[in-house]
Amino acid sequence: MAADMAHEPRINQTSLGDGAVLVLSGDWTAPHARLIEDLAHRALPQARRIVIDLTGIARLDTFGACAISMLRDAAGGAGMKPVLMGMAERNAPIFAALDPATAAEPPRPRASLLDAPESIGRNLTNAGADALALFSMLGRLVASFGRGLRDPSRLRFPSIVHHLDRTGVRAAPIVLLMTFLIGCIIAQQGFFHFRQFGATDYVVDLVTVLTLREIGVLLVIIMVAGRSGSSYAAEIGSMKMREEIDALRTMGLDPVDVLILPRVLALVVAAPLLTLLGMLAALLGAGVVAFLYEDMNPAIFLLRLREAATFSHLEVGLVKAPVMALVVAMTGAIEGLRVSGSAESLGLGATSSVVKSIFLVIVLDGLFAILFAWLGM
Amino acid sequence: MAAVPAISIANLSVDLGGRRILDDLSLEVQRGEMVGLVGASGSGKTVLLRTMLGLLPKSAGQVEILGLPLERAAPREVRAIGRRCGAMFQQGALFSSLSVRENVEFPMREYLDGSDRMFRSVALAKLRMVGLSESDAEKLPAELSGGMTKRAALARALALDPEIVFLDEPTSGLDPIAAGEFDTLIRNLHDMLGLTLFMITHDLETLNAVCDRVAALHEGRIIADGPMHALLQSEHPWLQAYFRGERGRAVQWAR
Repeated sequence: MAADMAHEPRINQTSLGDGAVLVLSGDWTAPHARLIEDLAHRALPQARRIVIDLTGIARLDTFGACAISMLRDAAGGAGMKPVLMGMAERNAPIFAALDPATAAEPPRPRASLLDAPESIGRNLTNAGADALALFSMLGRLVASFGRGLRDPSRLRFPSIVHHLDRTGVRAAPIVLLMTFLIGCIIAQQGFFHFRQFGATDYVVDLVTVLTLREIGVLLVIIMVAGRSGSSYAAEIGSMKMREEIDALRTMGLDPVDVLILPRVLALVVAAPLLTLLGMLAALLGAGVVAFLYEDMNPAIFLLRLREAATFSHLEVGLVKAPVMALVVAMTGAIEGLRVSGSAESLGLGATSSVVKSIFLVIVLDGLFAILFAWLGM
Repeated sequence: MAAVPAISIANLSVDLGGRRILDDLSLEVQRGEMVGLVGASGSGKTVLLRTMLGLLPKSAGQVEILGLPLERAAPREVRAIGRRCGAMFQQGALFSSLSVRENVEFPMREYLDGSDRMFRSVALAKLRMVGLSESDAEKLPAELSGGMTKRAALARALALDPEIVFLDEPTSGLDPIAAGEFDTLIRNLHDMLGLTLFMITHDLETLNAVCDRVAALHEGRIIADGPMHALLQSEHPWLQAYFRGERGRAVQWAR
């Protein structure tokens, strides 16, 4: 540490008539950044002619040069511009590049009362743009699918199968586990509360109708949105960042044909299958709870299940799945294509693909409820 | 104090994916030296650089930066070494969510105690030195051209006035004027700060203008190590092909 003391930066000031000499010594280097800046600020000689003597400086780097430039600019206000003495030739380029005067605080955006209504307006127009983007993507997908139907070799079956494996087959275990647990929970809650009325038999109806019509498909789609929709957004987004999408375009290929349609088709096929699996797992969970928690004879459970599980309930659930999957996959693709250069925008795209697709799925579910009520299903 | 070499590599071997990339390689760089590393694409130049920076595990051997073996150093020592080194990656590796100026200020804020004004001032000076203007300073990395990204990455590598600078193909993708300015800049910094430079480059002009010593990496080993003119005289067939190929000759004729 003794060596450090010897290298500590210092300014020795001597007055000579109407002039002053500032003799700098020690290490004017980065580790002393705060110290040398303080020194430069405190040394403000009230003199007309000032000489800054650099010959005593042991080591100098850009930070030291910056502090010296600051000292020169500040001292210059009192009279003539100070003279730098003993600046080594080799240091001249560094001093030339330094210009602390231009390093003023960049203007920061001011917060104003108008920001709130402005952001509401922006969000509304963005929501409009989102809706348009969704329809435009739908149109491009239909066109691409149409081209594929005319010439099936353009449909890229290997890619579809690959994505079917990723989003369908590999999602099956977690979907089964999750829906099984939810089936258990709904059944347990049903038995717990319905016991008070002695209506435990109806729990089977409750679980069946709920699972087939709503819970099965919603849970599966939400899982798919979190699992596959976000990964679509991230994949397509990082391809966009690395100019892979542009490379495809210059080869005369439409990214919708190559990247998006196979993903969307895979998800549209996988979602109803996963939903069916999920429904079965949930009903199994309910049966297990009925047997273990309520001592219900499995034969009775199956009998009630057969009565409650009509084909129309199953239909309601399964019809929704591909439509919702389409929305999830399209949202993922759209958010992916919106990614710009930064890592932050990639994260934002993945997040908003999940948030937007789950929101849209819930809205869609409400619309389906109205439709099915109207159809009397 | 006995002269501790800036970089000392002894009997280094590195395997990647079951393949030996670097084989019993030794190299020493003294303080203040400017060493260029040449080698064919895929010969392991970047692997060597990344191993030196501690980013890749090594199978055998020793790497010491400023006399400190990185893998056995305490976190505090590694941090201290980090302050004294600057690295510039091939793709720039600028932080995409920060502006160019903030990228250059980032290491300063991490390692140094100083005022915002000083950091900003030094950051702008570094950017000016590498040839970027004040209007470029507030841009995000995604808005930069390839050459500007290189310059910004170099400015960040130089942010702390490091003692050792590692550069991975600093002039590739720069126009000849910019590459020439880069050579001058590196020489200036070397003169002023006593910079030690370890640079991977294919730019024969830069090797000529900047490097005191050139090391050639071939089949996992350093096959030649010496001043540029000594390598030009070398009889090794690969070196002959590298320096006396059509492009290499063009550079020599031009002089």
